[in-house]
Amino acid sequence: MLNLIVRRVAIAIPTLLIILVISFLLMHAAPGGPFTSEKPLSPQVLANIEAKYGLDQPIHKQMFNYTVGILTEFDFGPSFKYKDRTVNEIIAQGFPVTMTYGVWSFIIAVFFGVPLGLIAALRQNTRTDYFAVSFSIAASVLPNFVMAPLLILVFTLWLGLLPGGGWNDGSWQNLVLPVIALSTSYTAELTRLTRASLLEVLRSNYIRTARAKGLPELKVILRHALKPAMLPVITYLGPMFVGLITGSFIIDSIFSTGGMGYFFVNSALNRDYSVMLGITLLVGGLVVLFNLIVDLAYGWLDPQIRY
Amino acid sequence: MKYCMKAILLAAAMGWSSSLLLAAGTHPTTGEALTDDQIFTYVTIDEHTSVDPQIVEDVAGAAIVRDLFEGLYNQDADGNLVPGVALSHATNADKTVYTFTLRNSARWSDGRKVTAGDFEYAWKRLADPETASSYQWFMGVMNIKNADDVMSGDIPVSELGVKALTDTTLEVTLASSMSYFPLTTTHGSTFPSPQWAIKAHGANWVKPEHIVSNGAYVLTKHVPNETLVRERNPMYWNDANTIMEKVVIKIVNDENVALTRYLAGEFDKTGVPTGQFARMQTQYPEEVYSNPTLCTYYYNLNMGKHGPEALKDKRVRQALSYAIDRDIIVENILQAGQFPAYTFTPDATAGFTVPEVAVAVITQAERDTKAAELLSAAGYGKDNPLSIEILYNTSEGHKKIAIAISQMWKQKLGVEASMQNQEWKTFLTTRGEGNYEVARGGWCGDYNEASTFLDLVNTNSGYNDSKFSNEEVDQLLADSKTSDNPQPNYTRIEEIVADEAPLISIYHYTSAMFLKLSVKGWPHENVEGNWYSRNLYKVAE
Repeated sequence: MLNLIVRRVAIAIPTLLIILVISFLLMHAAPGGPFTSEKPLSPQVLANIEAKYGLDQPIHKQMFNYTVGILTEFDFGPSFKYKDRTVNEIIAQGFPVTMTYGVWSFIIAVFFGVPLGLIAALRQNTRTDYFAVSFSIAASVLPNFVMAPLLILVFTLWLGLLPGGGWNDGSWQNLVLPVIALSTSYTAELTRLTRASLLEVLRSNYIRTARAKGLPELKVILRHALKPAMLPVITYLGPMFVGLITGSFIIDSIFSTGGMGYFFVNSALNRDYSVMLGITLLVGGLVVLFNLIVDLAYGWLDPQIRY
Repeated sequence: MKYCMKAILLAAAMGWSSSLLLAAGTHPTTGEALTDDQIFTYVTIDEHTSVDPQIVEDVAGAAIVRDLFEGLYNQDADGNLVPGVALSHATNADKTVYTFTLRNSARWSDGRKVTAGDFEYAWKRLADPETASSYQWFMGVMNIKNADDVMSGDIPVSELGVKALTDTTLEVTLASSMSYFPLTTTHGSTFPSPQWAIKAHGANWVKPEHIVSNGAYVLTKHVPNETLVRERNPMYWNDANTIMEKVVIKIVNDENVALTRYLAGEFDKTGVPTGQFARMQTQYPEEVYSNPTLCTYYYNLNMGKHGPEALKDKRVRQALSYAIDRDIIVENILQAGQFPAYTFTPDATAGFTVPEVAVAVITQAERDTKAAELLSAAGYGKDNPLSIEILYNTSEGHKKIAIAISQMWKQKLGVEASMQNQEWKTFLTTRGEGNYEVARGGWCGDYNEASTFLDLVNTNSGYNDSKFSNEEVDQLLADSKTSDNPQPNYTRIEEIVADEAPLISIYHYTSAMFLKLSVKGWPHENVEGNWYSRNLYKVAE
């Protein structure tokens, strides 16, 4: 196990470096730059600005300086667009926001999605099952950019119960609508995945054997079916968690949460190189971390997997 | 100067009367009953770029800067100059040296006196290559002596043509005579900045905990991409006349959501979502406004070396211009009170009379006939159709207009018009490099004078994407800078531009917004959209 962790961390470093290099090159390959605007800057002004941000240097040098800045001072540089702030400040402000609504959405999705999927599988072709299946289909075809404005329309304009956006230091009233909008499709996906996975396991030979040797149904499910049925679910949970906590552009823009998802997408559109790279590296690092956690969970769930 | 004196007297009178009347909760001059909570909450679609006067580069940020800082002059509701920190100014005979007299009572929020030195510092800071402000070019617009050489680092910043003679006297030397120079001093990038605070905190000086400002409000809270709060500044020289206690920005990236929340009572002001103006105006006639703004929507016709051969023929360019039915675009597509445009400079521009250019004075039917004649004279017809590609940046609005125009060209002229859209920065790069045939453009004035528009057709303008070059235009532009009455020059330039058609003016913008009935004092007539929170107040309903 320790061996695995060490090995994975060792691989993570070059992985992140490759992410950095590719992102850096792709970013600079995109037409335009952070200072391209409707009113083009005069060559002199542009030269002054590029000198200030080090953009006048050859690209390998820029990349080197950037990497050194991160390694030595954990400095991801200034934002080119939001000039009053650095990338560190943007992440420090935006990440806790997306993390909060992301973790809540994760909890809700797991808490409702997994049990619903299990019950549906155990009572296949009953009303409960039909309900679960219809819910998961309905919720997955209702995208959150449709659902979020609908929620605001109902809960803010018509009922006047909840604020239609803003963060307000993360008060629960401001959390409810974003969490519902974000978690619904994940809940649906988890329901579908859990149901399908458990059904498959229930049809396998070793379950038939367990039943044949007379084990009570509850024991069959809990001891033999549940763990292997959870494997695909766990695989899905790792990237899902990262996706949730690093924010959603839709949620951030519709509910004006000030979260990181909005900055991430907009940094690409604005060619705000440093913000884009900073968040990419953060997301990359988290993906690596949670994939490791998922792999460790495999070992516990499936005795066939040994490290 | 006369109007300055009048304004001071009025201000003094208002100050005196307000101290008596504010306590009663009524407006000092109109007598309207005021609400107890004077808090103005409005929506911006995106986070502002900065609140540093010399750094800020977006419209939303400029509005904040106008509240937090005060320059030499302010604008009144109609866009006329009124005294700010400066009481008045004098100029020499050839209008190359301007001397501003500053008021004694102006204070920074930390209690220091606002001096001419603060302006000198700020303007030098703007021109300094080390500041690397995107708005450095404004020094060029202002025509300050040595600005270009200072910006390029060829001569030290100290050589810039601005000097504090005393604490209350600021002398500005221009590179050449310019009659409208004082107009440029209402622009945020010319506002003073506090050297001591910038020295002490570096780039962090604009954070609420460090900022020192000299405007009617101080910055008290900022949560990026969520909210920004500014509150009344008790040190402001005219604080007695400020009624609005607190101004709150809520950043809502989605204009439809912003409207829903406005209707739910969360905000006092928001925009009208694209394409919904007509419906909203019927539904909420008292809260929806459409105000003319200093912006023009136009199509560039590429006459440069990468442009198509066909567009080098004047008759083709004219035909394309004549065949566009601006009325249909304004009335059937945009529907928000925009004005059809036949000249580049909007009618709303101060001191500018729209000339009757040939394309404007005839009916659309006549234009269509003329367009067909011109194009066939140029050798294009059914057997030899002209094919043109329209380039625009990805947006539903631009797409609708491009579809309409390509259809007009096709039906009336048999032109095979295709459309291509590109993501914003890609579009800007393509257009800037001249790799297009026809490309959309939008231009907004930086100050309220026709030259801010017409400079674009100067051969050497960096914004001249059509690569249009006309000696007469260049000469007329140069002459207009020093002229006391530049209108004849502007008329002639517009006539040449309409005739040569390097660009096709399509419409002049309006800005549409929702404003709660209780909010009064909004300068709807200010075509630059320069509003000041201290002029707003909320009346009890």
